[in-house]
Amino acid sequence: MNIKVELPGLSLKNPIIPASGCFGFGREFAELFDIEKLGSIMIKATTLNSRKGNPTPRVAETNGGMLNAIGLQNPGVDYIISTELPWLSQFNLPIIANVAGSSVEEYVEVAKHLSTVDNVKAIELNISCPNVKEGGIAFGTDCKVAAHLTEAVKRVSCVPVYVKLSPNVTDIVQIAKAVEEAGADGLTMINTLIGMKIDLATGKKVLANGTGGLSGPAIKPISIRMIHDVYKQVSIPIIGMGGIQNTNDVLEYLYAGAQAVGIGTANFVDPYICPNIIEELPYVLEQHGFKDIKDAIGYTHRVKLD
Amino acid sequence: MKLIEDMKIVKNCEIAKNIYEMTLTGDNVKLMNQPGQFVNIKITEMSQLILRRPISICEIDQEKKQIKLIYRIKGQGTEILAKKLPGEVINIFGPLGNGYPEYSIKNHETALLVGGGIGVAPLYELAKRLSRRKIKVKSVLGFATMTDVFYEKEFSFYGEVHVATIDGSYNFNGNVLDLIKSKNLQFDVIYGCGPQAMLKAINDEYINLKKGYLSLEERMACGIGACYACVCDKANKSTETVRICKEGPVFKLGEVEI
Repeated sequence: MNIKVELPGLSLKNPIIPASGCFGFGREFAELFDIEKLGSIMIKATTLNSRKGNPTPRVAETNGGMLNAIGLQNPGVDYIISTELPWLSQFNLPIIANVAGSSVEEYVEVAKHLSTVDNVKAIELNISCPNVKEGGIAFGTDCKVAAHLTEAVKRVSCVPVYVKLSPNVTDIVQIAKAVEEAGADGLTMINTLIGMKIDLATGKKVLANGTGGLSGPAIKPISIRMIHDVYKQVSIPIIGMGGIQNTNDVLEYLYAGAQAVGIGTANFVDPYICPNIIEELPYVLEQHGFKDIKDAIGYTHRVKLD
Repeated sequence: MKLIEDMKIVKNCEIAKNIYEMTLTGDNVKLMNQPGQFVNIKITEMSQLILRRPISICEIDQEKKQIKLIYRIKGQGTEILAKKLPGEVINIFGPLGNGYPEYSIKNHETALLVGGGIGVAPLYELAKRLSRRKIKVKSVLGFATMTDVFYEKEFSFYGEVHVATIDGSYNFNGNVLDLIKSKNLQFDVIYGCGPQAMLKAINDEYINLKKGYLSLEERMACGIGACYACVCDKANKSTETVRICKEGPVFKLGEVEI
């Protein structure tokens, strides 16, 4: 069974990629399993300067999901280039570097530097973080703004650029088309949905930030629908994510049109989820009658209606 | 060896009001060899309650391949946990974090163990180990009220025990710090675990006077330092943070902002 996937800039031995912010820079999980088994890693969002993030509590559990408001805590691009990426280079692993910022200039600067690092094979443009006051999602909810940023980053990046879309929009297809036209090489979708949890005993919001991004199985149907709709309207590849918990979920994403998938919250539930899915995927594809993963991608769009 | 195992429940019973003691057995017990570490528990296979629950290890018995955990019913997750029966299995990730450094105290010195509420639990294994080394152990256990009190007798096997209740319904009336001062308890190294206000009070009181270690708590997700949910500030350096699950949960007195 072939489960290799070729995407712009990325030769993936399998389509399983830990999603940004859910896997740090791989160090913690490398203590648990051989991370070289992974298709790639989407490393934690990188900004120009180090960011301390939001006050705690930063996470809250909700039915079938969790809210987080970490606030892009990261050590800044220089540290990541001097320390984290060289450490990751000991593994035969293409890295997808998630880039965040609060201005076009910041995104451009960070992307420019990260894209020159050897093991960074693609940039994931984070225009959808809901947990920072400036930037983040503000770049991902307006077609013109998203397109302008994509163009600016494309101009400086030495590697393909995947734009991470926000589901917190009226029509995600319009944003997808706008960034495709602006030169995006691929899409990753979706980021978290903005949510809130209130403590009944105190009446206060549970998260110190007030709102947070909802992830986990609760959001999977939304992501599946969005990928399904976007797949029909764009021709660049999609890496799908949102609530994947097992190998069947991966198959559903492939059917909807994703060529590879990000695993996020599930890493917190079962730290061995990625290697487990990688092991199971060939058998699940075979069970469903496929001989190559390529035949499963977009399958739903080819099934004839009765 | 995977750090994750379906461990079997040997016993699960209420030992004080809404406080439960769960005994588990499994092969991964042999990895658990430090007082103050925790495990991250998957409450149910159903995905409604998605996050694991971090619970500190109360006692380790290598011979029987058993550990004890103590938890308080606080929400949906711990309610389900309390209904589990012996023979059932539960998915345990751990041991995680850095516990109390056992050799932080010399053999002739005196240890003061200060636990507040459910924070009493991780100090028990520490008491056992310190007393095995003939170190003098004094324990101060603080609770809100009489019906919350647990492990008074268990701690007494390893040294003198003082119990404080906030409402005065049992023994000393007041908080743990009031008790330590009013009884003029002498010690060399202090070890604490409990509510944030208690830890802050201990930290502020003894930061320049004593050596000590405090175990912190925060809402967690991954339990291994990847998600950055459970951070706190390093002392005097507000731009730097530490992860409670990874660098902690036990920190030196004065090491972090509480």
